[in-house]
This record gives sequence, C-alpha cells and structure tokens, in this order.
Amino acid sequence: MAETHSLQDLQQPAVSSKVFVQRDYSSGTICKFQTKFPSELESRMDKQQFEETMQSLNNLYAEAEKLGGKSYLEGCLACLTAYTIFLCMETHYEKVLKKIAKYIKDQNEKIYAPRGLLLTDPIERGLRVVEITIFEDRNIGSGR
Amino acid sequence: MHLGESMRECEYSQISTRSSTPMETPYKKRTPKRKKWETFPGRNKFYCDGRIMMAKQTGVFYLTLVLILVTCGLFFTFDCPFLAQQLTPIIPVLGGALFLFVLGTLLRTSFSDPGVLPRATPDEAADLERQIDYVANGTKGYRPPPRTKEVVINGQTVKLKYCFTCKIFRPPRASHCSLCDNCVERFDHHCPWVGNCVGRRNYRFFYMFILSLSFLTIFIFAFVITHIILSSYQKGFLTALKESPASVLEVVVCFFSVWSIVGLSGFHTYLISSNQTTNEDIKGSWSSKRGKDNYNPYSSGNIFTNCCVALCGPLPPSLIDRRGFIEADAPQMAPPTNGITMYGATQSQQSHMAATTPLLQQHSSEPVIITSSPENGTSLPARASLTLGGPCSSLPLGQPTPPTSTPSLSCHEATDMLPIHGHALNHTHPLQEQAALHHYLTPEEVPSPPGMLHCGSPLGHSHTVQTSFYNPASQDSLHEDSVRGLVKLSSV
Repeated sequence: MAETHSLQDLQQPAVSSKVFVQRDYSSGTICKFQTKFPSELESRMDKQQFEETMQSLNNLYAEAEKLGGKSYLEGCLACLTAYTIFLCMETHYEKVLKKIAKYIKDQNEKIYAPRGLLLTDPIERGLRVVEITIFEDRNIGSGR
Repeated sequence: MHLGESMRECEYSQISTRSSTPMETPYKKRTPKRKKWETFPGRNKFYCDGRIMMAKQTGVFYLTLVLILVTCGLFFTFDCPFLAQQLTPIIPVLGGALFLFVLGTLLRTSFSDPGVLPRATPDEAADLERQIDYVANGTKGYRPPPRTKEVVINGQTVKLKYCFTCKIFRPPRASHCSLCDNCVERFDHHCPWVGNCVGRRNYRFFYMFILSLSFLTIFIFAFVITHIILSSYQKGFLTALKESPASVLEVVVCFFSVWSIVGLSGFHTYLISSNQTTNEDIKGSWSSKRGKDNYNPYSSGNIFTNCCVALCGPLPPSLIDRRGFIEADAPQMAPPTNGITMYGATQSQQSHMAATTPLLQQHSSEPVIITSSPENGTSLPARASLTLGGPCSSLPLGQPTPPTSTPSLSCHEATDMLPIHGHALNHTHPLQEQAALHHYLTPEEVPSPPGMLHCGSPLGHSHTVQTSFYNPASQDSLHEDSVRGLVKLSSV
C-alpha cells in the first residue's frame, strides 16, 4: 500500500491549485480572454510572458472569427453545396482551432511546464476559461 | 495526528482487499470507453452514436416532417404530371429542388448542436463560487443575492447572469433553455417544429428552412391552383376537383401554412437585419422605449453587414464534444484549505461538496442555490434529493441520460452536420487534469449527504476530501479514479 502511494506520487505530480482566466466580453460575443495577470501565478512566472501568451491566444481566436471576404466566400460556397463541402474540408474556424492547440502545446513545453504550470486548451472547457493548473513544487519537500 | 494516519493505513488495506476489480494496474486497465454524449447532462436525445442531437420532445418535429412529405408527395404524384404536360417540365424540377433544399435545411436545423455551452467543471464552479462569495461578503447562510456581472459592450451596459444549473456566467446573448436544460449561445428560441433549440450554430439553417419553406408553400399553392383552373377549363370545375382530390388537401394545407410561415420568415428577416434574437425582441432589450440611449450593441448598423454576419459568417464548432471518449485518468486535486474551511462554515454544504469533490455530479447537489434563481426559468428535475440509503448502483431516476433511446430515424450521414470533435482535440496531455471531465461520468452517483464529509480536518495537505461511499465495482469507468481517490482518502 505504501508502494502504491509513492508510486502514484512519482507518476502524477499532485495538483496544488487551478487558476481560471475568464472571458472578456467587453468587445461583444467574440472569443477573447482576460489578459490580467492572476495573483496566484506571481511566484511562478513573469507577468509579461503571461500577457503575451494571452494576447496571442486572443489574436488567434479573433482570426478564427474574423468576418471578411474569405469567410463570406466559404459561407456562400458551403450554402450552395448544401454544406456537404464540409465532409471533405474543414471550416476555417476548425483550422484555426488546430493552430491554437498547437500553440498551446508549444507554450506548455517551452514556458509553462518548466515552471510547474499547465495551460488547458480553452476548447476543452467550452471556450469559457483558460484553465491553468499549478502543480506542487516538488523541490520543496514532498507530499505537502 | 497519528491516529488518523493509522486509520489511513487501515483504509488502504481495507480498500485493497475489498474491491473486486484488479487494482494492481489501475493505469493499465482499459475498461470499455464510453462516449461523452452518453453522459450528457442536458435533456437531449442523441442518435447515430452522438452525431445527431435533438431535444427531448420530438413529436411535433415528426408532424412537420409528415406534413412536408405528404404535401410534396401528393403534389408530385397528382399535380406535376398534368403541369409538366400542359405547361413545362421545369415545374416539377424546380419543385423537386426546393423540396430537397427544405428537407436538407430542416434536418440540419434539427440535428445539429445549436450552440450548447458545456457545464462548468467542478473546479471552475468552485472558483466562481469563491469569487462570488468574496464579493457578496456577509450574506453567508442567507439566500444569496442574484448573481450578475455587468459588462460594457460597445457603450451599452449588459448584465451577465449566473446560470445556477450550468454554474457559469452566461455570455451575452446566451440563454438557458428550460426544455433542453442547456445554456445555448445566442439563444433565439426553442422551436418544437424542428425539435431543437435555435441558437448560434443553427440559426442560419433555421432561417433558410423557413425561407425556402415559404417559397415551397407558395409554389405548391400557386401551381395547384393553376392545375385546378386549367383542369376546369377543360372539364369543368367540379369534375376537376373530383379527379384530383389531393389537390384540395394541398390547397388547404398550403393556405394555412402560408400565413404562418411567410409571416415567420418576414419576422426573422427583420431580426437578422437588425441583428437581434427572438429572445431579445420579445423582451424589448434594445427597444428605444426602454430609454433614449438604448441601442443594440451587436448590430453593425448596416442591414447588409448584419445579414452577411448572420448567414455567411464563420460557423463555430460544437463546444460539447459529443463523440469523444470519456477519459478516466485524472491526477488528484488538492483543494485549497481556505476554500474548505469557508465551505465548511457555510450552510451550503452541497456547494462544498461540489467544490471539493470533483467526482460528484454537480447538478445533483445544488438545492440550496437553486431556490434563489427564479430568473433562470428552469424547472429542475427532482434530483436534488440526496438519498442516504443507496448511493451507488443503477442510474437514479431523474438523470436524463439520453442513450437508451433507439434511433428511430435513419442516420443521415450524407450531410455532415457534426462538427469536428472526434479528432485531435481529444488528445490528452499526460499531465493534463482530466478530473474535470468526470462530471460527465458521475450523474449516476448519488452522493451521500454532505454531513459525512469532514471538511475541517484534511489529513495532510495533498489529500483530497472525497466521499468514501462509492462502491467501486458499480462504475467501471470511474473505477480507476475512485481507486486513486480512495487511496488518498482523508475523511473517515
């Protein structure tokens, strides 16, 4: 039993807390997250970096929801083909979501994981929040 | 607290012998994975393995379908041969195209996800609760005030309401549908005729459905009248009627439909051009009668732009991953101690449970909060009663699990109305905390009353306060997680 306990500890770092960055609706219903730096992360990372990450995410979501010639064309084409075209190709939004997933993975690997943090892709939370998981700092004793 | 620790030791050994399923390899055991639609908390029906999503009451939808099919069927059988001969064969061709378009848009409206917002994960809900309690300081133990947040959009102050069922602050223009028990983005209305809500993701299909249906109705009406008139020139009015009685039926159906459908199309054309939802229009949210400075912050001011946005704008993907698999792996969450003591102190024990026990289904534990949400308009199913006696085993009543309904419609795989989620979005980062997804798993578990939870004494900081009354054997898919939870048990 003691083995199980320590084995689990080794395999999965315990989550110490989670921070939720909520949506910013000041620009309407478009997908945008607050860029305010949460106080819980102060000890773990740089404010600048965090804001940069959030800003990039916001820009990517803006790109997904952008209304322009390209999206209108896609919409009209889809309508004409009775939306069967989406059997073969992805919507613009989906393409950008993939880009976002890649970006988050990248950020996690480079910046957040080394600091014991983890960004969860907002799409997995219904685009409501950006969930940042703070893992226990293993350097300071174990099993707090 | 060595007594507690020795008890913990006892707990460890008890658990390892008691459970029937092998616990030695909790990470390796692969129980048959269930899809997320099977444990969807809303009142929806799913068909074709989660590809099709409809409201619970679909009777009227079938009526719509029958009316359209029968009327068009009669038209093509009895009127078209005559018209093709006497006038031009283009008529049945055009009619056929219109009919197919109507059917396509109807099915697309009915079967797609209207833009349902997934419910908050337990951690999110706990976080929000903490924030709200912090703001509404001093109202502990009393009926909490209605929770609203104000935000300024384009110069207009918009109130965001807190949804007690979904445990989120609704985005602007979202509303909770009491029939489907879901929050829907850009909620327009719940249409029984299409058997679904009309929201952000299917509004354009709905509009095209009613528009094309108006054309179809007028088309059939006009040509059936033409048929009868032409026939009566040749044979006399009564003979013409006797020869094609179906035409009479069609005229009657079309006559009554025209008024309602054309009216509805006109109304929605107005809504689209002013970028309003039915909900907003009915409430008069942006009406100038409310105030001189009241205007619609979402409208671009230009009719053409508004129409383009509504009809040709980008189609967002579904936020509820219906066909993804429920992930059972989850690292343990050590809840913040201040949260625990705060919840322990308040009367709302249920919210405490929801906060500190991610494995519990939230909406079965919210009776205290529910009472103060009249504006929600939801009629909550009677699952708020937490029974002491049998927390585990079979599905409790009142949990609206959809999957038992057999698909009564043929699977329309031709049009892919389902967005994407089967793919990459479902991959999990190894460290990723998946406990959040558990709230899909747990509706079957009716937790024992909160009195059993000892929030005040977490033994060790990394232990989660979890219920110990799970019967691990009852839920295979929960087993891995419950094992881990039980191993880290801190409450007695």
